Amino acid sequence: MTTKLVIGLDGAGSGDRALSFATDLAKRIGDCELLVAYVIEWSPYSFQTAEENAQRHKRREEEISTAMERVVTPAVDALKKAGMNATGIVRHGDVAHTLNSICEKEGGHQIIVCRSSEGGLTQRIFGSSTANLVMSASVPVTVIG
Amino acid sequence: MKIINKALLAAAATGTALPAYAQEAMTLDEKVNSIFAQFTGPFVSLIFAPLPGTSFPWIVLWLVVAASVFTFYFAFVQLRFFGHAVSLVKGDYSDPEDAGEVSHFQALATALSGTVGLGNIAGVAVAVGIGGPGATFWMILAGLLGMASKFTECTLGVKYRNEYPDGTVSGGPMYYISKGFKERGLPGGGALAILFSVFCILGALGGGNMFQANQAHAQISGILGDYPGWITGLVFAGVVFAVIVGGIKSIANVTEKVVPFMGILYVGAALVILLVNYDKVGWAFGQIFAGAFTGLGVAGGFVGALIQGFKRAAFSNEAGVGSAAIAHSAVRTKEPITEGFVSLLEPLIDTVVICTMTALVITISGQLIFDAEAGVYILNEAGTAIATEGGVGGVALTSAAFGSSISWFPYVLAVAVVLFAFSTMISWSYYGLKSWTYLFGEGKTSELTFKIIFCIFIVIGAAASLGPVIDFSDAAIFAMAVVNITALYFLMSIVREELRSYSERLQSGEIKKFAH
Repeated sequence: MTTKLVIGLDGAGSGDRALSFATDLAKRIGDCELLVAYVIEWSPYSFQTAEENAQRHKRREEEISTAMERVVTPAVDALKKAGMNATGIVRHGDVAHTLNSICEKEGGHQIIVCRSSEGGLTQRIFGSSTANLVMSASVPVTVIG
Repeated sequence: MKIINKALLAAAATGTALPAYAQEAMTLDEKVNSIFAQFTGPFVSLIFAPLPGTSFPWIVLWLVVAASVFTFYFAFVQLRFFGHAVSLVKGDYSDPEDAGEVSHFQALATALSGTVGLGNIAGVAVAVGIGGPGATFWMILAGLLGMASKFTECTLGVKYRNEYPDGTVSGGPMYYISKGFKERGLPGGGALAILFSVFCILGALGGGNMFQANQAHAQISGILGDYPGWITGLVFAGVVFAVIVGGIKSIANVTEKVVPFMGILYVGAALVILLVNYDKVGWAFGQIFAGAFTGLGVAGGFVGALIQGFKRAAFSNEAGVGSAAIAHSAVRTKEPITEGFVSLLEPLIDTVVICTMTALVITISGQLIFDAEAGVYILNEAGTAIATEGGVGGVALTSAAFGSSISWFPYVLAVAVVLFAFSTMISWSYYGLKSWTYLFGEGKTSELTFKIIFCIFIVIGAAASLGPVIDFSDAAIFAMAVVNITALYFLMSIVREELRSYSERLQSGEIKKFAH
């Protein structure tokens, strides 16, 4: 049976450590598939102007394409170069909730993420995405320091 | 709607002596007023003309009759699909794959930020001040009926919007009138769409811009003391320019967050006052029901209450005007009618909830002088409105009512009025722009031209007190309703077909909730 690992990246340099750990783990497991996921923080309950709404679809496509180009594709290419079976995905939403949803939908067995890059007031008020993921995930989560 | 007419302006200005600079500028203002009035007077008189033998403007009847027709035609859609509308806003029917697109909640919030404002604060005070608490009953009824008008226009707004190759969208009455009429083989769609666009541009520059700037200046100078209006105008124009031309997101972002917060704060404060005075709430509702059918001594009796209630509801929630259809058309949905369901919540929130809150607070506050022994309200010396503590009306009456329970709230209210005025300008700059580009074509030069004109009108609006210009602007907005509702009568069968198809698929389970 193929084991599927979901690697959540946040675009920060620490993502390399998550990729490295996932590669190592996948080699140990053997028959393994890696899914690189990048979630663009987004809330359907935020407030926007009418003009922003009119351009939203265009912006969404641009955001997905930029994230794919700058974060996901280089990561997937690096994994493939290391001999891994890897694919990538970009989604909008709450980071913790969406990563877990992707994992459930894709039949993932484990989520690998780096320690959150958030800090300061945001983290104190809202908690970090990593902590929220650990608290709510339906599969084991490995957090790389 | 954040548009209030000269009655409110007069009410807001009660007891304020004109400063010296204003008196000096009066000659120029008077000249502009007289020239402008000569040309626009007949149009204004036509739009706001009363029905023969009454003081009831025919345009208000036009809006209320349309709302009633749509209510019956769609078999009380506002009641039957209310729960479904809430589910849609919650995102129960939103495909998770579409995350990142405009949600139903966002489209509703954007449209609401264009309607909740001065109409809810000052307009209600005028309605209750003139028509008594009974006006609230008719206001609520008009709000409930108006939900069906919004449903009709916003469904069509999404169905017939333009989607461009780059992913942007443009929608609104001008698009559904031209496309819908063509689809049904009806003549005159193009001409009606152009007429609507012209009125929308005029309304955007006037009621959605000059009047807002004027009121914002009145509020600021009320706190800081009198100073020339062009200063306020320049500051506002600079900020609006930065947002709509410079694309300075941070300002828009702050406004987007602060305006809903002010709205929530306003409703929250009203709720606190009602909770503290819970023993009077029953009495206040009693006054509303009794006044609705007897008038409780107000000028014109219960008919006076009815006129004021209907008038202010129509002025406040814009149902039938067509502006909301522009705002709602950006939502990402495979079913245009879902946005219609969501939009019907707008008059409910704007008129039935927020306006009622204002009316209850004013009634409970005791600002309206009531003769308990005779059981009637006492009229002012002119016999035109209910006498109030301090003789105030309009924004000042709402402010005094809130201030009687929460002493510092008038300051918050003043800030809220300024912010609401700003958000209205941003909303109407978009409505005007969409009409402008419909007439003159999409393109950076065309858009920039309108945006610069829009900013110039902010300075003019804040600097001068051009009564006829304001009257004309308000008339232009209601002229939008004449064109829009005429078109809705011809196109409502399309909406009914959408409703039938959607209802069947919803009942059969073909349309179902997504697991989130």
